[in-house]
Order: sequence, then structure tokens, then C-alpha cells
Amino acid sequence: MKKFKLILNTILILFISSTKSYSLVEVDITRGNLNPLPIAVSPLFQDNNSNTFFEKELEIKDIGSEISKVIENNLKQSGLFNPLSKDAFLQKPDIAHLKPRFEDWALIKSQALITGKVTAINEKLKVEFRLWDVLAGREMLALAFTTVPSNWRRVGHIITDKVYERLTGEKGYFDTRIIYVSEEGPKIKRIKKLAIMDQDGFNTKYLTLGNELVLTPRFNPTNQMVTYLSYFRNLPRVYLLDIETGIQEVVGDFPGMTFAPRFSPDGKKIIMSFAKDGNSDIYTMDIENRIVEKITNHPSIDTSPSYSPDGKFITFNSDRSGYQQIYVMKSDGSDVKRISFGKGLYGTPVWSPRGDLIAFTKLHKGKFYIGVMRVDGEGERLLTENYYQEAPSWAPNGRVLIFYRETKSNDKGEGFSAKLWSIDLTGYNERMVVTETDASDPSWSSLLSN
Amino acid sequence: MNLSKILKNTFLVILLSMVVSACATKKTAIIDSQIQGDVYTGTDTVEYLAKGVPDRVFFATNESILTTMSRDTLRKQAAWLRDNPSVNVVLEGHADERGTREYNLALGERRANAAKDYLMTYGVSADRISVISYGKERPVDSGSNPLSWSKNRRAVTVKAN
Repeated sequence: MKKFKLILNTILILFISSTKSYSLVEVDITRGNLNPLPIAVSPLFQDNNSNTFFEKELEIKDIGSEISKVIENNLKQSGLFNPLSKDAFLQKPDIAHLKPRFEDWALIKSQALITGKVTAINEKLKVEFRLWDVLAGREMLALAFTTVPSNWRRVGHIITDKVYERLTGEKGYFDTRIIYVSEEGPKIKRIKKLAIMDQDGFNTKYLTLGNELVLTPRFNPTNQMVTYLSYFRNLPRVYLLDIETGIQEVVGDFPGMTFAPRFSPDGKKIIMSFAKDGNSDIYTMDIENRIVEKITNHPSIDTSPSYSPDGKFITFNSDRSGYQQIYVMKSDGSDVKRISFGKGLYGTPVWSPRGDLIAFTKLHKGKFYIGVMRVDGEGERLLTENYYQEAPSWAPNGRVLIFYRETKSNDKGEGFSAKLWSIDLTGYNERMVVTETDASDPSWSSLLSN
Repeated sequence: MNLSKILKNTFLVILLSMVVSACATKKTAIIDSQIQGDVYTGTDTVEYLAKGVPDRVFFATNESILTTMSRDTLRKQAAWLRDNPSVNVVLEGHADERGTREYNLALGERRANAAKDYLMTYGVSADRISVISYGKERPVDSGSNPLSWSKNRRAVTVKAN
């Protein structure tokens, strides 16, 4: 991996310093990217018959152009690419897809080019696309997909993932969804619903009606199950929800509040807190055989557990030192070690899917920070500071974090809002993720397709 | 505790300015009289289970320790509950908005149990008291300032029947 990155950097340097164009275009995502790569996304071409079919089927004009907009938007949001304005394109989509005239694309300073073609085949949507290195004058990638027409946005996301992976050397995170809590109404009578949307904010669906308080939904990394906290019948308990079937059930039979649930990396267990007599400890329950295990046993608050991706360790939040700090232990509860020693309080530790970092929320001198540290607690790096923000969740490639941020209200409670934000691990590219309503507690899914 | 330190310093400044100029604004004087050592001591949001029996107690930031005033309130609640043996109660624990959601759920539960335990030592049986934590989900005051937060750090005794 290290070797690979070194090569990647070398290529980049060569690329910048040399006028010869024998090296392929690459993007370095390990640093804050101040010079996003200029890329041209040509509208995907379609013949007249296909055009008529999709317009009727989807009630969308020019589906090829719409798919290219999905790709463009994804690339732009990543902060690593600068999609160029289509007004400047000289070559027609159909001809460009066959064989680009590279001089034309180089003229508008494009370094990479995406072309494609959309066809209706047996009432299905067939999309082919190609990625071209403009300066080297050659094809880097060519793929085709066939799916039901209603899946057209997903096709755009999958193409983006392929392009991102080809150009950065890392898996993408675009064909993913975010589950979160939708919030409406005044602060003292907030109505909260589970909501799910595509990573780019489209296709929002509400999974609960808002009759009971719901909090902290989290995806199973291996399938489309979700675990969350619901106050159904005023009994705060961890629930398991299948978002395909809508079937939900209480997790375990605990005589009190269960909360702060997450899945194990293999998706087979739920880890959570159970509060009894003023003391919260961490438990796991095996989803299949329902066996419950007590993992921590300490007269302090132990909560917000999160497994390492290999399942061998758990990071969690405890105030056993007197204040909220971050700890790591073996997954059987042994070898508990405190890892946060900086100034302030630390909460919501989440292990990176790459295994090397733990993201957290920190409260210090009245400000809230989202940060990362290595799993031994060294190398703390604060990515963003604000009045209130918490609960980071990792993109499946471990390069981006999504979290929620609340604004300060005045004495009457006005001016309050809760929104989702994302930021790169580099600390750059901080962006609000647009949602239909106010939003909190985001959780990022795994890649839907691999 | 950062906040309590800040608050203490604020009080000191307020006190000093009162001594020096005797012209502290009305507003700071009101706040001064409503928070002591980071704990709300006013009556703004308080409701009553019966005449002279306040329904709630307040806590310092991140704390679940009962103050002298809280213990006094809970003894009144216990006496009233002993006089009204058919009444069951729910103890609702709450936190302010300046903490992570999951920790606050645990903290609310700890606060409600601190109040429950005290009622039990004054003769209210455990089976008459159930506990629920709302964490920071149900504030009574929606402001983002130390006074609002102090009103929200509370354990409320609610009649269940």
C-alpha cells in the first residue's frame, strides 16, 4: 500500500514537471486537494428510439444527459475533480464516445474525459461508458451495465465509483445511501423520523411516521438491515429494521433502556449499551441465536461502542476516569485502555473501515470538534470546529466523514437548525449535505454494488 | 469542569462590578439568583405534584449529584407519595444540549436513578417508580445559553396514573 502511494505521488510529480504525456492521469487523495483535476463529462449519447422510450418510461427528457449530471455532481462534491462546463465542449457526444479528438478536449484544459452511450434494449436500460486520458491520448476504462430504467441514478453513481477508483486507486463511495433522522418542529417538541436517501441527497424515503421518538440509526455493513433506538410505547429500546420488507423487531429482552447500537463488521451481532439503576454497560447480542453477552462491567457510563473492522477490538466512550473519554478493549471486554488524553471531553468514537483511525467528537472550551486519532490514541487531528457538531460516520472507503451540526438558538429558541455535513479526512472539502428537512445522526452504508 | 469554572468567574465579575458600581443590569442579577454553582435554583419551569411539592430537581453540568435543595424537594415528594400510596410515578431524566446524544441518554438515566434512589431511602417502594431517560431530546427551554441549559438538566417526577 505504501509502495503504491509512493508510485502514485511520483507519477503526479512527473505529470506536473514533464511536458511529455506518457504517464497516465492520476489523482492523489491523501492530501487536501487544492487543484481538483479538470475533467469533462460528455452527455451520454442516445439514439432517437431509445430517447422516446425512456422519455415515456421515466418522464425524463434526455436520460443520457441526466446521468452525466449525476456523475458530474458526484465528482464535484468529492472535491478532487473539477467538471468543466459543457458549453465549452467542441465534440458531439456520439463521436466523442467512438474516438475523441483529444486536441479538442486538451484545448479546454480537460485532463480526463468521460463519454458514454445509452440504449433501450428489451425495455431495459443499457449504459456503456469510457474514461479517457486526454493528454496521453488513450482509453483508461470501458464498461457497460444493463438494468431497469428506474435505476438510472444508480448507474450514474456506479460509473462515478469506477472512474474514482481508476483515477485515485481507491474504492469509491458514490453508490451508497445515508440513513439519518429527519427533524421537524420546534426544539421543545421536535418530531423525528427515520429517513434514507442516496448519498447525493436524492430519493429520500421516510421509514417511520414520527409518532415515536427515533434516534441513532446505523446500517449493517453486510446487508440492508438497520439498527436504531425507538421510544415505541415510551420504552426506549434498540430495534432491528429490514428496510426492504419494513419488518422490525426489538433487539433482546432487556428490563430497561438499550441504546447506542451498532453492528459488528460481519453484520451478525449488535453491540449496544444497556442502562440499569443509573449504570450503563456494553452488551452484544447475536442476531441469529439471540445469545446476549455482557462486555463491560464497570459502575460508570460505558456507551457508543464501535468494532474495529477485523472484529477483534472495540472502541467505546466511558466516564470511568471522571469525564467522557475514549477507550479501546479486546472484543471480549479484556485489556481496556484509555486512548484519549488531550484537553477536553471525548465522545462517539467510530473505527475507520480501513482500521487505522478512530473518528470522534471532542468538546473543549465550549466548542465541538470532529477529529481523528490513531487507534493507540496518538496523532490526534481535529478536522472541523463549530458551535455544536457530533456523531461522525465513515464513508465505506474511509476517506470522508459525515456528521451533523446544530446552530445556536436565541433566548426564544429561534434560529435553531440541524444539518448533515461531510468533510474529507484531510480536513478539506467541508460541505453541507442537502436534506429535505432538518437532519441528524447520519450513518453511511457500504457500497451497494461491488 | 470548564463550564462551572467559567460560571464561577462570571459570578465573581458580576459580584465585583456590583461592589464597585452597584449598577449590575437587571438581567444578570436575575440569572445570578437563578443559578448557583451551575445548578438552576429558580421556579420558572417547575410544576407541582401538590401544593408545596415541586415536581423536579436540577443538576450541574455532567453531574448527577443531588444538591441540598434537590434533596429537600425529593423529601417533600417522598412524603407526598407516602400520603398517596395509590399514586405511581415515572422519573424522567434529562440532559442539556451541550453533549453527545448517546452519552446524554446514559446521563439522563443516571440522574433519574439518583432521584429514584433518594425517594426509596425515604420510604417509597421501588415498584411505584419507573425510570425513563430522554437524554437531550425533550428540553423545556429552547434557548442556547447557560440559564436555558440549567433548566434542562433535570429529573422530573411525573404521575403515572
